[in-house]
Amino acid sequence: MEDGVKGEGNRRNFLIKLTSVVGGAGVAAACVPFVASMNPTSDVLAKAETEVDLSGIPLGGVHTVAWEGKPVFVLHRTPEDIAAAQASNGVIDPEPDAKRVIKPEWLVVIGICTHMGCVPTKEGPGWTCHCHGSQYDDSGRVVRGPAPKNLAVPPYHFETENKIIIGKA
Amino acid sequence: MSGPIISWIDKRFPLTSFVKHELTDYPTPRNLSYWWNFGFLAGIVLVVQVATGIFLAMHYKADSTLAFDSIQHIMREVNYGWLLRYMHATGASAFFFVIFVHMARTLYYGSFRAPRELLWWTGQGLLLMLMATAFMGYLLPWGQMSFWGATVITNLFKVTPFIGENVVIWLRGDYSVGDDTLTRFFSLHYLFPFLIIGAVIIHLVALHTVKSSNPSGIDLKDKDNIPFHPYFTAKDLYGLGIFLIVYSVFVFFMPNSLIEPANNIPANPMVTPNHIVPEWYFLPFYAILRSVPNMFGGVVAMALSVMMFAFMPFLDRSRIPGGARYRPIYRIQFYLFLLDMLVLGYVGYKPPTNPSIVVVGQVATLCYFASFFIVPFVSKMEERWLIKRGLPAGIMELMEREKRDLENRTQEHLRRKGDLV
Repeated sequence: MEDGVKGEGNRRNFLIKLTSVVGGAGVAAACVPFVASMNPTSDVLAKAETEVDLSGIPLGGVHTVAWEGKPVFVLHRTPEDIAAAQASNGVIDPEPDAKRVIKPEWLVVIGICTHMGCVPTKEGPGWTCHCHGSQYDDSGRVVRGPAPKNLAVPPYHFETENKIIIGKA
Repeated sequence: MSGPIISWIDKRFPLTSFVKHELTDYPTPRNLSYWWNFGFLAGIVLVVQVATGIFLAMHYKADSTLAFDSIQHIMREVNYGWLLRYMHATGASAFFFVIFVHMARTLYYGSFRAPRELLWWTGQGLLLMLMATAFMGYLLPWGQMSFWGATVITNLFKVTPFIGENVVIWLRGDYSVGDDTLTRFFSLHYLFPFLIIGAVIIHLVALHTVKSSNPSGIDLKDKDNIPFHPYFTAKDLYGLGIFLIVYSVFVFFMPNSLIEPANNIPANPMVTPNHIVPEWYFLPFYAILRSVPNMFGGVVAMALSVMMFAFMPFLDRSRIPGGARYRPIYRIQFYLFLLDMLVLGYVGYKPPTNPSIVVVGQVATLCYFASFFIVPFVSKMEERWLIKRGLPAGIMELMEREKRDLENRTQEHLRRKGDLV
């Protein structure tokens, strides 16, 4: 019986701890739907594919299209642009031009500065971000900070000669 | 207080004793200057913001297709809508202004020192909540500055290790700032003021435990304290009158002086304005963010710059009472720090494309952090110098006594709790 009384205290401590852990886990689990409700909704996710007709973009011209609510730059590069882009390897985030395009005459990049998310402006060769002064070349590679990375290339593929689908590789 | 109703209540709820103890008879140092008005003013501005905000919410629509137009609706069609909106927009600036003065007073007079550390830290928490509320409220008009301000600031969370991208998407509820971001910011913008009210109550409980500091820096004896009412109710109301004159000049004569013109253009996710600037009260911190060339470092530096104030009770090692009033070196440090804040504010306002502005910003950022880091050494050296130069009669004695009193109080407290037998 002595042991039983002693065991009583241990058992009670154990049960208190166990109940606390289970209760805590229950509260944490109950938080999941609240946190998850803040993630993108199904209709937002459904905006995930954008079709672009390339036939209307003149040589040297750039079109801005919306994909996932974000601007995507589609640049029709001239042979000089291509040569310049292929000659360099980027500065801050080196990457060969060939890895950033499917066809060299079409550059498709997400038009969001990798620094703070502003939309860079097309100025001369490349883009300049007026928020904090980052500059990108005609391959969307960062040539002047503070942006840490090149403009991202979205997943896309050529549906036909003159049409791309952004959102699916 | 008397009367049958009051006495009926007093038998069931400590109304009279509470009012007497915490309001009318609350002992207040007789030498408080007008710099001690700003806590009260912050409370009044909070009430104004909550009141105007509730009535604005009756007409505002938190929907990305309707938000911008509903602001125009408030401005043109709602009765006195223009007044409510201008009071609310000006009130945000007024809030930061009075809080900055309130903090500057605390720093100048050393009011953050023992035993008022918790009072200071609850205030620091209130500052963070105020900043969050102001930031979320700024998105609601859905103008270009609103949109791009929210884009840049939510993007800061990208530096979270490993899950940065996901955190940003989670915060926005979308891949870019969008309708879901707007609705959640509205919901939280409505919630936060009530959390702030709760935190203000905690701030006041802490204040009433340690009592107000005063310009002499010496805790006054009972005979030197006077009841809060009518002396300080009158003084606070006089200060409120002056404040309301300035506030009204802004609300009625220059309401747009604090609103960026670009925010009168509806939000456009495809075009960033050439020059995006935060509201004036965020400029110094924004300048620090931009001055660090590395993105992660910039975000950390900015977060740290807001939190540096919390370390002051540890950094200031001088025992000389009274803050800058009796400490010439600390006073110089204080004014240099204010000057540095102004320089940072200017840098934050200027576009970052000018290289000399960038250099000025980097130097000012270094000065900002340096002015905190040198405090422990300078305050100790200054104390030694002041003692050597000779302090007024009784001050050394007082410093010793205060130290003893604090220890005694701690001992007594521990004894009462039974931890010390």
